[in-house]
Amino acid sequence: MRPALRSLPDLARDLESGGITSTAIVDDALARIAERNDELNVFLHIDEAGARAAAAAADVRRARGESRGPLDGIPYALKDNIVTRGMPTTCGSRILENFVSPYDATVVERLRAAGAVLLGKVNLDEFAMGSSNEHSAYGPVRNPHDPERVPGGSSGGSCAAVAAGMAPLALGSSTGGSIRLPASYCGVVGVKPGYGRVSRYGLVAFGSSLDQIGPVANSVEGAALAMRAVAGFDSRDATSQDAPVPDWSADIGGGVEGMTVGVIRELLGDGVDSGIRERIEAAIDGLEAGGARVVDVAMPHASWAVAAYYVVSSAEASANLARFDGVRYGRRAADPSDLEDLYVRSRSEGFGDEVKRRIMIGTFALSSGYYDAYYGRAMRARELVRQDYAAAFGRADVLLSPVSPVPPFRLGERLDDPLAMYLVDALTIPANLAGVPAMSVPAGATDGGLPVGLQIQAPVGEEGRMLRVAAAWEAAGEGAR
Amino acid sequence: MVSREQVLHVARLAKLRLSAEEEERFALQLGGILEYVDHLRELDAESVPAGGEPGDSTPDPRPLRADEPSPSLPRDDALGLAPATDGETFRVPPVIDGGGGV
Repeated sequence: MRPALRSLPDLARDLESGGITSTAIVDDALARIAERNDELNVFLHIDEAGARAAAAAADVRRARGESRGPLDGIPYALKDNIVTRGMPTTCGSRILENFVSPYDATVVERLRAAGAVLLGKVNLDEFAMGSSNEHSAYGPVRNPHDPERVPGGSSGGSCAAVAAGMAPLALGSSTGGSIRLPASYCGVVGVKPGYGRVSRYGLVAFGSSLDQIGPVANSVEGAALAMRAVAGFDSRDATSQDAPVPDWSADIGGGVEGMTVGVIRELLGDGVDSGIRERIEAAIDGLEAGGARVVDVAMPHASWAVAAYYVVSSAEASANLARFDGVRYGRRAADPSDLEDLYVRSRSEGFGDEVKRRIMIGTFALSSGYYDAYYGRAMRARELVRQDYAAAFGRADVLLSPVSPVPPFRLGERLDDPLAMYLVDALTIPANLAGVPAMSVPAGATDGGLPVGLQIQAPVGEEGRMLRVAAAWEAAGEGAR
Repeated sequence: MVSREQVLHVARLAKLRLSAEEEERFALQLGGILEYVDHLRELDAESVPAGGEPGDSTPDPRPLRADEPSPSLPRDDALGLAPATDGETFRVPPVIDGGGGV
């Protein structure tokens, strides 16, 4: 098997034993990118020279017995809304077309310290606003399993990179499902840590109370190793959780014997494609066979989650994107007649349609006369969703559901109907509202061969529990696929 | 459900200018989205206390950091990407009579 398609732990073991070099892995990754990037439009920026130099440095360290650990010499792709000093950060937008950040995100610093090799920046929905990676100013990303279909979004580039064997690891970000959805559509593992677990310093803010950076990998253990390398308190992120980071991969093979898994029945009804339901039911059966007790749980306020999310996230986005004004960085309109003209034209020329829509929804929801009716009510709905989780976790250790109600759809299919696009996130949004850890693990394919993802959610602080269940399914599912 | 006037008002607040075609398209799309989120009215709003941020569920208030100064971004780095600068500050068109147009 080509190196970049192998799992991260597998590569780490081989690097450790001297069976392969980082240079060989990175060479293969770069070759794979060259083969498929034109077709799939994954990478917006590739740092070939930097990656080769970092790989060589990792090989030198290993030869000296100074390896930094399992990520040393492993190549990864970075979603282009996470800032890097040495290369551009566009956020998939024209407004940041030539922007190069003067600082690195915390996650970039931590991965560099661990020896990981940054290949480049990958495509996304503009400012992470989207569910299909069709809203990028630099063109859509295509699903490696079927290039006529979407990879999911907004971390479409991150997930397509791993699925296409361009890298065994990527980082994405999630505000309402933007890691889990593309991971499920691309048949890879995607993890959204609990809120506060991974520093947001250097993640271009969309919905500050919702955003989290998380790993995408082709194995559960790979995602766990990467998440451990980047997680942990960061004084530069005021929402960063000051809690110890467990060694998630140590316990990952513990199995599900004695665990109770809660199936969210509302989310397995007629609104979900039957092919997806079959795969999820098979996964539940598989976990039961592995010793888990299965109970049904209810999430009665799930039906309000999408509405609450689109008000809260858009309100936060309208505030966060106010900084893009053409003054200090980014695109500035030519020959502005006055300051107002500078702001208005820079923004109007630089932002795409979906971004403008969200800014306007948010501005409306926060405006005088509408604040209580929209934002106030949305925050109350959010609290009810949190209460639903508290009740559900009183009965089960983890919660199971599909990730998406529909399989990966064709490019263009939902572009003219923003609301139809928003409803694709209905199953993933609640975890962001409540701040709980959530992930997607591959669960086979529909009859048409389209990837299906199983969503697993755990209480705040319990990423380990969630990863254990995912690993148990991954081990069992190999046979079922 | 959303009038052209409302769209223009919100656009003005958000410092956005829309073409006539965008005004019409956004009025329609925003109308549909807002009609959907109006669903939130079905909640008995009085029975639920307003929720806070995810971190608010922690028992102790978030501790403050020690008041110790540390270096911030060097000025040259901050000015490095500015569209227009005089070497010390960002240059913008003059603010005339309170900014014009608001």
